[in-house]
Formats: sequence, C-alpha cells, structure tokens
Amino acid sequence: MARNKEKLVLLLDVGPSMHSVLPEVEKVCSMLVEKKLIFRKNDEVGVVVFGTEETNNDLTKEVGGYDHIVVLEDIKVVDGDLIDTLQKLPHGTVDGDFLDAIVVGMDMLIKKYKDIHKGKKRLCLITNAVHPIKDSLEGTKEDQVETIAAQMTAQGMKMESVVVRGRLSQDANKRIMDENDRLLSIFSKQTLTRTVYVDSPTSLLGALKTRRITPVTVFRGDLELSPDMKIKVWVYKRTQEEKFPTLKKYSEKAPQTNKFATHQVKVDYEYKTVDGASKVVPPEQRIKGYRYGPQVVPISAAEWDAVKFKPEKGVKLLGFTDASNIMRHYYMKDVYLFIAEPGNTRAILSVSAIARAMKEMNKVAILRCVWRQGQQNVVLGVLTPNISQNDKIPDSFYFNVLPFIEDVREYQFPSFNSFPVSWQPNEQQQKAADELVQMLNLAPSGKEEALLPDYTPNPVLERFYRHLELKSKQPDAAVPPLDGTLKRITEPDPELFFENKSVIDALRKHFELKENPKLKKSARRLLREKPSGSNDEDGDADVSDAQAVNSIEKALVVKIEKIGDLTPVQDFEVILSRRDSPEWVGKAIKEMRDKILGLLSDSHEGDNHLIAVECIAALRKGCILEQEPEPYNNFLRYLNPYCQQKGMSNFWQLLASRELTLVSKSEAADSDVTDNEARRFFVKTEPKPKD
Amino acid sequence: MDLDPEDVFKDEEDGSDNEFFQQSASSKEYVVYLVDASPKMFNTTCPCKDQKDETHFDLAVSCIAESLKTQIISRSYDEVAICFFNTREKKNLQDLNGVFVFNVAEREHLDRPTARLIKEFDCLQESFMREIGSQYGIVPGSRENSLYNALWVAQALLRKGSIKTADKRILLFTNEDDPFGGLQGAAKADMKRTSLQRAKDAQDLGISIELLPLSCPDEEFNVKVFYADLLGLDGEDLVQFMPSAGQKLEDTKDQLRKCMFTRRIIRRITFDITNGLSIQLNTYALIRPAVPGAITWLDSVTNLPLKIERSLICEDTGALIQEPPKRFQPYRNENVKFSMDEISEMKGISTGCLRLLGFKPLSCLKDYHNLRPSTFVYPSDQEVVGSTCIFIALYRSMLQLKRFAVAFYGSSSHPQLVALVAQDEIAKAGVQIEPPGMHMIYLPYSDDIRDVEEIFPDTDDDAPRADEDQIQKAAALIKRIDMRDFSVSQFANPALQRHYAVLQALALEEDDIPETIDETLPDEEGLARPAVVKAIEEFKLSVYGDNYDEERDFLGKGKVGESSRKRKTIVENAVKESANYDWADLAENGQLKDLTVAALKTYLSAHNLPVTGKKEALISRILTRMGK
Repeated sequence: MARNKEKLVLLLDVGPSMHSVLPEVEKVCSMLVEKKLIFRKNDEVGVVVFGTEETNNDLTKEVGGYDHIVVLEDIKVVDGDLIDTLQKLPHGTVDGDFLDAIVVGMDMLIKKYKDIHKGKKRLCLITNAVHPIKDSLEGTKEDQVETIAAQMTAQGMKMESVVVRGRLSQDANKRIMDENDRLLSIFSKQTLTRTVYVDSPTSLLGALKTRRITPVTVFRGDLELSPDMKIKVWVYKRTQEEKFPTLKKYSEKAPQTNKFATHQVKVDYEYKTVDGASKVVPPEQRIKGYRYGPQVVPISAAEWDAVKFKPEKGVKLLGFTDASNIMRHYYMKDVYLFIAEPGNTRAILSVSAIARAMKEMNKVAILRCVWRQGQQNVVLGVLTPNISQNDKIPDSFYFNVLPFIEDVREYQFPSFNSFPVSWQPNEQQQKAADELVQMLNLAPSGKEEALLPDYTPNPVLERFYRHLELKSKQPDAAVPPLDGTLKRITEPDPELFFENKSVIDALRKHFELKENPKLKKSARRLLREKPSGSNDEDGDADVSDAQAVNSIEKALVVKIEKIGDLTPVQDFEVILSRRDSPEWVGKAIKEMRDKILGLLSDSHEGDNHLIAVECIAALRKGCILEQEPEPYNNFLRYLNPYCQQKGMSNFWQLLASRELTLVSKSEAADSDVTDNEARRFFVKTEPKPKD
Repeated sequence: MDLDPEDVFKDEEDGSDNEFFQQSASSKEYVVYLVDASPKMFNTTCPCKDQKDETHFDLAVSCIAESLKTQIISRSYDEVAICFFNTREKKNLQDLNGVFVFNVAEREHLDRPTARLIKEFDCLQESFMREIGSQYGIVPGSRENSLYNALWVAQALLRKGSIKTADKRILLFTNEDDPFGGLQGAAKADMKRTSLQRAKDAQDLGISIELLPLSCPDEEFNVKVFYADLLGLDGEDLVQFMPSAGQKLEDTKDQLRKCMFTRRIIRRITFDITNGLSIQLNTYALIRPAVPGAITWLDSVTNLPLKIERSLICEDTGALIQEPPKRFQPYRNENVKFSMDEISEMKGISTGCLRLLGFKPLSCLKDYHNLRPSTFVYPSDQEVVGSTCIFIALYRSMLQLKRFAVAFYGSSSHPQLVALVAQDEIAKAGVQIEPPGMHMIYLPYSDDIRDVEEIFPDTDDDAPRADEDQIQKAAALIKRIDMRDFSVSQFANPALQRHYAVLQALALEEDDIPETIDETLPDEEGLARPAVVKAIEEFKLSVYGDNYDEERDFLGKGKVGESSRKRKTIVENAVKESANYDWADLAENGQLKDLTVAALKTYLSAHNLPVTGKKEALISRILTRMGK
C-alpha cells in the first residue's frame, strides 16, 4: 500500500464566476478525501484555492507575483480536518489565474518531494477557465505553458483538470474560453493530463475520480490468432461495479467502560445433523452434495478434482464475424480491456492494425479465454475495437462476455403486428411518440451529453459517504435526502421537460390509459406507485418524501382488505381503522392472528421472529385502541404453550423483553387481567434460573 | 398463445433476478407430454439439421428428451409425465386401450424428472417398437377412441396438486390434423363430440392443452379441421396460431423446442414516461448465466443433508448476539454506526418504478457501458389498458430514429441508470430469433468505470499506430478467418456440460463418465488451411518484419516485467542470506524454532516455497522440503 502513496494537490478556482458550483466542488473534494481516509489512509493531500482576495503562498514570498492564491492546507497525510476545510471553501472575489495556481501546486510538490515519487504526484485542477491568464513576461502564453508542461513531465507529475462549462458559464467571453482551452490542451498533449469538460453540477460530481483503484491485470500473455501468430497482451477490467461498502457488524455487548473493545462480531457457522440429536458434524466429516433433480449426489473434493473440467490457460481467437451478428443485449458482464503489452512496439502495432481493420470492416472477433491456470470454466466473448482518440494512448480492444446456449431462454413473444388494431398506435399517436423521442434529447449536438455514464456518480454511494461524514460528527444524524444535483440522476430534468411541454402534452392527449376494470386484486399495487408519478404534477419536484408516503397511505385506506406479506403492520392498522363496517375490527384481529401464526410456522431459524414481534406489538396496540382485550389475551395465552412446544423460547423471551404482556384492566376496562397478573405473566411462564 | 401468463414471481422486492435458475417449489409446473405414436408419426419424416431425415416421432421424443435435461437442471421442481397414445400395448391406471404411460422405477407417473428417467427415455427410440408398439387407435368399426383415452389419462395424471400452486399443461405432439378422418357418419360425430367434451372438461379444471403440430412435407397441418375446436381457438387466437404452425419444415425442431418453454415474468414494473403517463411493463430474464446448482453439505457417514446454523458472537465478551446487530464503518478514528433501517433508507432512492429521463442516439451507448446481463421488457395491458399502444409507438420511433431511452430504474437492490434499446423482431423461416420489445441494459456509474487505457503512456512519444499496409494485411487476415454464420449462444458451456455429465453418471452409479466435447476450442484445421496461413504470415511480416521469432525470444528473456525482476532479486538475496545458516544441522537438532521468522523465510524464498503462515507452518514446510 505504502509504496503507492499518492501525493495530490487540489487546485480549486473559487472566483466569483465559480460560486454557483462551489457546493458541488466542496462535495466532490470532501468525498475524495473521505474515500482516501477509508481506503488509502497514507495518501497525502494539499489544497490551494485561487481567485481569493488574499494571497498566501511560498512563491509570492520568494519571487513575488502569484497574487490571489492561498494555500489552504499544506501537503500532509489525509485527516478529518482536511474535510472540514474543504466543506467551507472561501468564496473568492477575484477572477483567478489557473496557470499561476498550477505553478504554485507544482512548486509545493517539488519542494516537498524533490524529484522522487515519479508518477505518484498529481495535480487536480477544478476551474471554469473563463478568465484570461496573465501575459507572460517573456514569450507567448503558449511558450509559457509549454515550459511548465515540460517541467511537469520531467518531475513525473500527472494532472487532472475538470473544466466547468456549458450552462454554467453562458455569459463568458468566447475568445478567452477558446484561448484557455487551447492552453489546457497543450497540457493534455504534452503531459499526462486528463481534461474533462462538464456542463452540469451532476457531472461535476462524477467527473473527478474520487477513488483510485490500482488496476490489476486479469491476464498477461498471448492473444493467439493461430498457433503461429501470437500477440502479447495485458487484460484489465474496464468496468467493475463499485459495491455498497460491506459494513462490519457491531457488537454492543462490551461494557461502555471498556476502551479497548473492538466491538467486532464473529460469525460462526455450525453444521448440524437434521435428526433430533442436532449433532455438530466436524469439517472432515462433511462432504459436498450436488443437486441433480430430486437427488443429491455426494462428491468429495478429491473425486471432483479428478473429473472436473480443466481447461488450459490461454486466450484464443475463434474467428471474426460481422458486428451485426452480436447484438448489444447479449453482453453479459462487466467489460474487459485488452491492451498490447506496454513498451512492446510490435504488439502495439499488431493490435492497432487489427483494431483499425476491424473498425473499417465493421467486424468483431470471437475469443475463448481462460485467464488463469486452474480456472474451471472458459469464457466466450466478443472483442470490439477501441480506436484511441489521444495520440499518447495506443489502440486497444474491449472484451464483452457472451452467453452460452445454457444461458439463453428462447421465449417466444407475439409479434407487435399481430396485435389487434386497438393496441396499435395510429398515425397521430405515432407522430406524437416520434416527437417525444426526438425532442427529449439528452445528447444534443454542440452540448455535452447529459448523464454520460463516465461522469455520473452513483447516488447511493454519494449518499452513504455524506451520511458517514455527517454521522461522524453527529451520531444521530438522519439520512440526508437526495439533493437537487443527485436528483438529476434519478428523476427527469424539469428544465428539459418544461422546454418540451408541448410535446409531452401532445403525447398525453393522444394516448389514453385506464386501469383494467376487470382486475381488482392488483389495484393496490398501482395505487401505491402512482404518487411517484403525480409527485411533480404541479411542476414542483421537491415534494418531500414524507408527503408522498402520506398520500400513499391515504390512497390505500380504501382498498386494503387483507393483510399482506410486505407491510402487515400497516395493513392491519389500515383495516382496523376502516369505519365502513363494524366487522372490520374483528376481521383485522383475526387476520393478524393468522398472519402471526403463519410467520412463526414459516420461520426459518428465527428469521421471521422480528416481524412477528412487530405484528404482536401492533395487535396489542390495536386491541387496546379498540378496547378489545380478550382476543389479544387469549392469543397470548395460546402462544405460550405453542412456543414451548416448538422450541421457540427465544421468541418468547423477545416478547418478554418488549413487555408485550397481557392487556390489563387499567389498559382496557373489559379485561379480566389485573395489573399484577399482567406484570407477572412472563415471569411465571418462563421460570428462568436467575439468582 | 396467452399474452399474459400468470405471474409466477409475485414478490416484487426479493431481487428475483437470481431466481431465474433456482426456482422455488411454490411455482411448479405439471406437464404431461402426450405423444401420438401412430404409424403415421413413424412414416413421415422431415429433414433435420445434419441432413439426416428424422421421423416425426423421433423428433417429438428428442425434443422431450432435451427438455427433460434442461428441466432437471433448472426447473427440477416441475413434475412431468410422458404418455404415448395410439400404441399397441397399454399401461395406465384406468386400463384404457391404446395409451401407454412411460415411467421408470422409483418414480410416480407424474413426478420430478430423475436421472434414471432421462437415461431410459434416451434409449426409448430403440426399444419402442418392441415394448410399446405403434398402432392406429381409431379405426372404423371399433368403438375405441385413443385420443379420448389419452386425454382422460392425462387429465387423471394431472389430478395431483392444486391449480393454485401449479400450472398444469398437456403438451400434445401429433401430425394428424384430422384424427377421425377415417370414420363415417354417426360414429365419427359421436367420437368427435366426446373427445371435444373430454378436452373441455380438462380445460374447465384449469388444465391448459397445447398443441405442437408437425406438418408433413406435402400437406400443412390444418388446425381448423379438428384441433381448433379442441383447443378452443377462435378469431384472433386462430390467426395467431396459424403462422407459428405454418413454419418451414427444417426448423421444426427449433420451433418445438421454443414452444415448450413457458415464459416466466420476473417482475412487473411501472414505466413512468412523464407525469400522468405510467404504463405497465413485464420484465423477463432472457439471458442469465447458468451456474451449477447450489451445494448442499452432507454428512459423509450417512449422506444426509446438514443444516447450517449461523451464530453471531461478540468478540469482546464471547456472548451470543440475538438481535440483528448494527453495522459500523471505522472512520476518523471512531466507529460510525448504522442501523439496518438507515442502510435500507440510504439505498432506497426511488420508488421502484422505471422513470424516463430522455433519449440519446445509439452511438452514445459504448461497448464498455455494461455491467450485468440485460433484462427484456415487453408491455402488458393487464393492469393498465393502453400500455401496449404507447409502448409500441415509442418502440417504433426509437427503432426508426436509432435512439435509445435513458431511464432510472429504482429497484431496491440496485437503483441504476439503464438504457432501453428497442429490438426489432427478427424471424428466420418462421422461427422467432429475436422477440420484439426492449432490452434494458444496466449502465455503469462513473464509480464503476476505470480508465485503464490511460495508465501506460510512460514515454514522451506518441503511441505507435499501424500504417495503411499493416491495416490492409490485417483486413486480409480478418477476411480469411471469418465465421459467417456465427450466432450468439451456439456453443454449450463445456464446464457445465462436464459438471452435469459427471453428476448424471454418479447419480446413476455408472462407472465411467462420458467424455464431453469442448466446442469452444478454435478450429485448428481451419486455421491450418494454406490461405489462412498465408494471410497470417503476411500480416506477421508487415508488423514484425523477419524477426517475429527473435523478438519473441528476446521478449521472453530480456524484457521481464518489473515485478518479476523484483521477485528475482528477492530470491537472489534470499539465497545469499540463507547460506549463512547450516539448515540441515539446525533441522537435525530441532533448532529451527530458535530462528526468527525472517530467517526462516530466506530459506523458503531461496527454495521457491510459499512464505505465508505462522512460524510452525514455516518450520514444517522447511522440514517437508528437506524430506524429514
């Protein structure tokens, strides 16, 4: 880990024209540091802001100039304070000079690390680059940039620049922007700089890679075109899902006073026989059984090793075929990238030649891959050309896994043409649909493509890390709602939909939807989902979740007649509160009772117990509310022997711990149970060997 | 064909994507395969893929055999019975003539398929004539009605189980469109009437009867003659039935195989086009990786399954934890705790429906925008009337304008951006190859995309690019190694084939395991054709010049990667270091344990042994190596 320590300087433009996106800049930078705190604790980060009123940096003291640039944080190992700093970026008053900032950042890195750590030093610039940089004293601006770029390469520094443009910089001077873009492109050409243009706050959040994962090859070796022709390639993952972090389980058993408690939980598995004895079977006595129809076939590991499929490691070409033969939806998994072995000119040329020929001829290659020796299956997939747009980067291939026969279900679906006329769109309807598809355009020419996967962050992860940060300061902080920027990912862009209001209205006018009158049972499902659609009916997308939930409940009141599996407690309450017939109370109680018994008898290793307890709690509450103590008390008395009989004493303890005892006289007048009796109910039935 | 098959996966929130191949016992299917075994089935042949003619009977039997094999793997809770009619021998509980229920030992007539059933059914074609025999069951002058009997037997077989928990189907294979054609007058009318009544009774009991008609080369199977009445087809249904039945003969088998599957919906979702316009879609898993079934742990003494009990133990106190524990993430020197409710609240960022966000040209969907297998969506008017119409309109616009829809799919487990790509129906020779509808492709987020191309330009120079000649040579090569007829999923998964071949052999207690063929190996013969070899040589020459082999050798020796060089230095150092000790002597006197772990590791590295594990493990590894 330590040898890969990254040294990063953030160069943030905080000038007046950036103020509108500063909240996103703050978020993306604190996210970057936050992830470093979790995944790369040893990385070092410094923060420079430019466009400020004040000036505070080494260079200005040493050589003068470099005004309006403040070093907020010197380069140091990441810590929590850094996040605090980044969440309160100063709002500057001056138009910043990004080139000066780059020089200040480089100076910091050079002073701190001299010329060691090549390739580990990185600058990260976020600016809108709409203001001119100062003229240099000698030579043109281009010369100046080239000198800096040369120095950057010599020092082994990389740079990532995120340029905020489009809608966010509409009134900027076009000439200056073009000049700046040209200057920035010099960096891209001459150094290891990635320049990204974003035009929405949402893509700003995604444009900066907040977590760097050191890439690991899946395979290094030959791409065999034939036994006589092999190309050296390395294979990497091009996409891989970044999962929601697996959180460790927390134990609250250790006493508060124990400072050294780890609070960790060990998960222990025991393999037991199913007969009455429930004997624990030691690992060496266990054998794996594989299902084949109703039979389970035991096979020992050694036996299996002897007979299993053992392909040889290697990546072999099966042939080329027309790209149209492989439909997009057959891609099965995350995507791999094949690059020629770095530094191997001939291999790079071979890959380049084949990729370009494939592109010209619109062909793809089919490969059979066994990545590792000892891998137990083969992977069949399609290789598609990836022609590089950047002179520095060699051509490569993408590789997508294709299905085998066994993976495909060939279901037949009726042809749309065979449908009755009433199901077919007429001419006007078709026209309305055409308009919609044309007008709701997320990739209009001349603008940045909206919701480009490459720059769209995962809203769930964003939310998790924000919540984590909040909670570290305030342990009971609520889950933050999705803010407007993240809502652009999960909900339609109101602006786009507003601009095309006429098209949408036309669509709505031409198509009529109604619920199928013959179908009653699913009405509930539809009603539940409706609020999401009607949320922004009045153009207000920010209707709070709570309101939506309320409206759902209101809608449900009329409909629910049975207690379902999903929300038994809520269903019960709804039925109980129905006033259109006196029978509902009795029905609700009876249904709930059956539900609880059902839950208990279906419970597998107690997985339903918590729900069942919640149901019992709801039942008790309901019975008190309706002043019907009898059904609850009788049910509880019935449950007592039931639990003992079925060996569910821990469930019974759970009930006791929730104090879900009999309903006493003081709670419901009709009860024949005294307070004392109620209190003693669990004690009496559960004689625990207490001291 | 039924447009909206009963939703078998009612649960909406259980991430049932994965259940595609692990179906639960609650959604069973009971099928009776009813195969006409009349002499006509044996006399008529149809050309089959490998140019050999196959009789209709063989065709039906091999389709069933194939279906049984997939079923035992993927839907083993379904129960089947195989029943022949128009047979010489009879075997059925009702003791009716002309009907033979095929079964094997240790199995009820209608039961889950077993290894033995598959095995014996595979050999059936050879023994059929000897043991069961073929004979017309409906002949003039006789009161026997084998079709009636067959339907009766099938219905009786399906008496098991409630219609609520199981789908009951009769699949009828026949090439006789007019079973009572040989009869005259009252006898004919009477037999026809009773047969239709029998079929209707079965249908009233919730049993669906499906016909898999086999057309003869000279005359097409005419459903209208008799079977339309039996199946209760009229109007629209009949029109729909006809094209699928009137396919070309060579694809009969494909057609049959496809018809035998019923579609299973994985989920019903609501597609929000704009406010106020929400249509209903059904999603289907057409492509999911097939994996060997789950492992059951057994007690090796009794071969009985074991139950696994999980317990959570507090590491500090050793106490058992009953309630579901909170989760935590170490952060900023403390443990930040989350309750399960908070976690699910964080993940639940949408209402579970699909919301349209806009459209993009197809060129925006890059090859690397993929994470998981796609899901197929098809409209349904079952709950919201008018859904299909809007869907078709959008689908046609998207096809015509070459655009895909971007939508947000707010499922609880994987809220994700998706691309909806319209797929035109593709049919070849009457067989549907690609169904019409849209494919939902799950798009990655920026967090999931890795910019690996960019890590390697470690030189100041531009990356080498192939010149025109090299590209030409590559193009020539591509033309030579062309798989013109390649279609996705033409290969069987060799690992899975092997897996089940082994299981089947062991289940039947056979001694030798049949060899399985790995179809995925390259066609070495084809690659050795002179034209191909020539194209390869020319390409090689244009890129590598004369020194392809030298370069490879050079690469093999000189240009070792950084890591392997490092590994080499470690070994060299270790050899030097370890020479400081007299290992044999230390081992002899049991003094190895007095050395430090670092010292022990020098020996291991020097001898290319793993250096992991505790000190005892290291010592025992050294001793093993020394042969002690």
